[in-house]
Amino acid sequence: MDCTVFSSAFSLLVFPGLLFLGAYGTFAEWVDRILYARMQNRVGPPIYQPVADFIKLMAKEVIIPEAADKGLFRVLPVVAVASVCTAMLMVPAWGPAGVVSFQGDLVAVLYLLTIPTATFFLAGWCSSSPYATVGSVRALTQLFAYEVPLFLSVVGPAILAGSLSVADIAAAFTANPLFIAVNLPGLAIALLALQGKLERVPFDIPHAETEVVGGPFTEYSGGLLALFLLATDMEMVVGAALLSAVFLGGSLALPGALGFVAFLAKTLGIVFVLSLTRALMARIRIEQMIGLCWKILAPVALLQIIADILIKKVI
Amino acid sequence: MAKITIPLGPQHPALKEPGNFLLTLEGESIVGATIRLGYNHRGIEKACEQRNFLQDIYLLERVCGICSHSHTTCYLGAVEEIAKLEVPKRGLAIRVLVAELERLHSHLLWLGVAGHEIGFDTLFMYAWRDREHIMDCLEMVTGNRVNYAINTVGGVRRDVTPEMKDKILKTLTVVEERANYYVELATQEVTVLARCKDVGRLPNDEAVRRCAVGPLARASGVASDVRKDDPYLLYGELDFKVITSDRCDVLGRVEVRALELFESIKILRQVLNGLPEGPIAVKAPRKVPAGEAVSRYEAPRGEDIHYVRSSGGEKPDRVKVRAPTLANWASMAYMLEGGYLADVPLVIAAIDPCFSCTDRAIAVRGDGQSGSLDWDSLRRYAREFHRSRGVDFSNVPGRV
Repeated sequence: MDCTVFSSAFSLLVFPGLLFLGAYGTFAEWVDRILYARMQNRVGPPIYQPVADFIKLMAKEVIIPEAADKGLFRVLPVVAVASVCTAMLMVPAWGPAGVVSFQGDLVAVLYLLTIPTATFFLAGWCSSSPYATVGSVRALTQLFAYEVPLFLSVVGPAILAGSLSVADIAAAFTANPLFIAVNLPGLAIALLALQGKLERVPFDIPHAETEVVGGPFTEYSGGLLALFLLATDMEMVVGAALLSAVFLGGSLALPGALGFVAFLAKTLGIVFVLSLTRALMARIRIEQMIGLCWKILAPVALLQIIADILIKKVI
Repeated sequence: MAKITIPLGPQHPALKEPGNFLLTLEGESIVGATIRLGYNHRGIEKACEQRNFLQDIYLLERVCGICSHSHTTCYLGAVEEIAKLEVPKRGLAIRVLVAELERLHSHLLWLGVAGHEIGFDTLFMYAWRDREHIMDCLEMVTGNRVNYAINTVGGVRRDVTPEMKDKILKTLTVVEERANYYVELATQEVTVLARCKDVGRLPNDEAVRRCAVGPLARASGVASDVRKDDPYLLYGELDFKVITSDRCDVLGRVEVRALELFESIKILRQVLNGLPEGPIAVKAPRKVPAGEAVSRYEAPRGEDIHYVRSSGGEKPDRVKVRAPTLANWASMAYMLEGGYLADVPLVIAAIDPCFSCTDRAIAVRGDGQSGSLDWDSLRRYAREFHRSRGVDFSNVPGRV
């Protein structure tokens, strides 16, 4: 019993939970920033910059607007970090399966990854500043745009694997590499949707600084802001890990440390694609984003599902 | 959906200078826009009356940080007309040289800012990197990057050497290649098109009615360019086109500015290859005879107008500066209304505004009366103004 408690706490707080995810998240942020900088012909930050930013923010004063709901305002960043850490438990990092693996954990991960966006919305809404209000409405509107193609795109792999477990899907894709090639359109859709989930260019509409200043985070400062930013970093890693497990065969059934290396390589590869997207495009408007997601990405995702069903029948 | 009013400015990340745009939103759509200016009045015109004609050059150079050469050249156009000074051809050529280099750097700067406003920071970084080539040329020719201080009454202060000429011609080849890339980008990149097409529309008749100037007017099909309409310096002898576009939207403004890069390069090549020999300046008297003159100049942002009046002394009686941005503000509310919140920064940026160059204090009252306020009544007025808006500065310690 004691042992179980200890190992649960270890998973949640150390690996692959808070500590690892925090460290790897800030590293991934640095990778993203340096790649983005190099693509723009800039030098970019040193490797410790995201950590330095975090520490600096932690040391700063937290200012809560008088009109805000103080309890909610404080608790939201923690909820965001907690939900992302919990999601990480179900995504394979070390070995073929996550710490917790069950039929339907794919749905649970997607659900848990929606919570940060919900906290962004509430954060903006309860800070009762006009910029934050507009930003949070945008965040919520955007949520309804990208979640549909994201959910649809992972249905295809689930049908091929005949399972709603991330580990099973990864195993099926490792056993049959053809699945990876067939699902490339789905991967592309999922990557774009992930970019939207992470609110990055061209979908950084809720945070568009030239329009709504800081968006939902306008009134956030100090440690609370640091936690939100950390949650975003972690979300990038979890999202990348999820896509690598669902579309790219996860750890490729490699044993132990080698599987972990595969995990690192694939997540960083996905971060590279996300940075490239960010460097190549301008921010689109919210109604263009919704049009893109509903009129193009969602139908393509449906076609992908049909293709996957047909392939499943043939095999 | 309930209407919500958002203040954009005076402090806002989209604005590099203070200005206030009160936007009434219905969801993301703008149903009303009010523009309030006057946060950056510096009293430059008044200060000009306290300095002599030569000192005023250095003061007026600081009207604008980007088109600094435009303001001094425009001012000197008026002064030299009153004083009946004949500036030597070489001096005029060097003024054109700096003017067109300035236009190049200003348009590249604008392109970068526009990129940043639509979240395309890569374009921002690229455009500003390429702008550095021009800045290096300006520094080489004039000794300064921003306030060039090349102009003086009766000519220019520094000559252009053959080495400088070669260096500039070499730079122009690089910049021309990059300009091609930007034209391609502006006309083909999907997200840029999505953000600029049909945004901030200003139809041709509205542009004329609201007296738009510069690239804003030219992008609405109005072929207004002082360099062609009322040639000054050497522009009458140079071969270049007035770029116009019938798009009437932000994309048109991007196109006009991008294509003007080529025209400026063309002008620079002509000037450098046919640089007249001779002196660069004539000696000017300290005192300027009585008289008045209006001078027009095509700054990168549009028509700049300076009015100078002299009573025969060392100092001007009156200097009036009409910066191009002032002429374009009249079109702003029209372009904003009916658009989306997301487009506001871009539409504002698309006129390439210079807030602080524009701010002048003129009291206009409904009954046609004008008057002046002394310092105490101005402070009293300010206190009442803020109190009526719920801000009471009399409670702030240390304030009267």
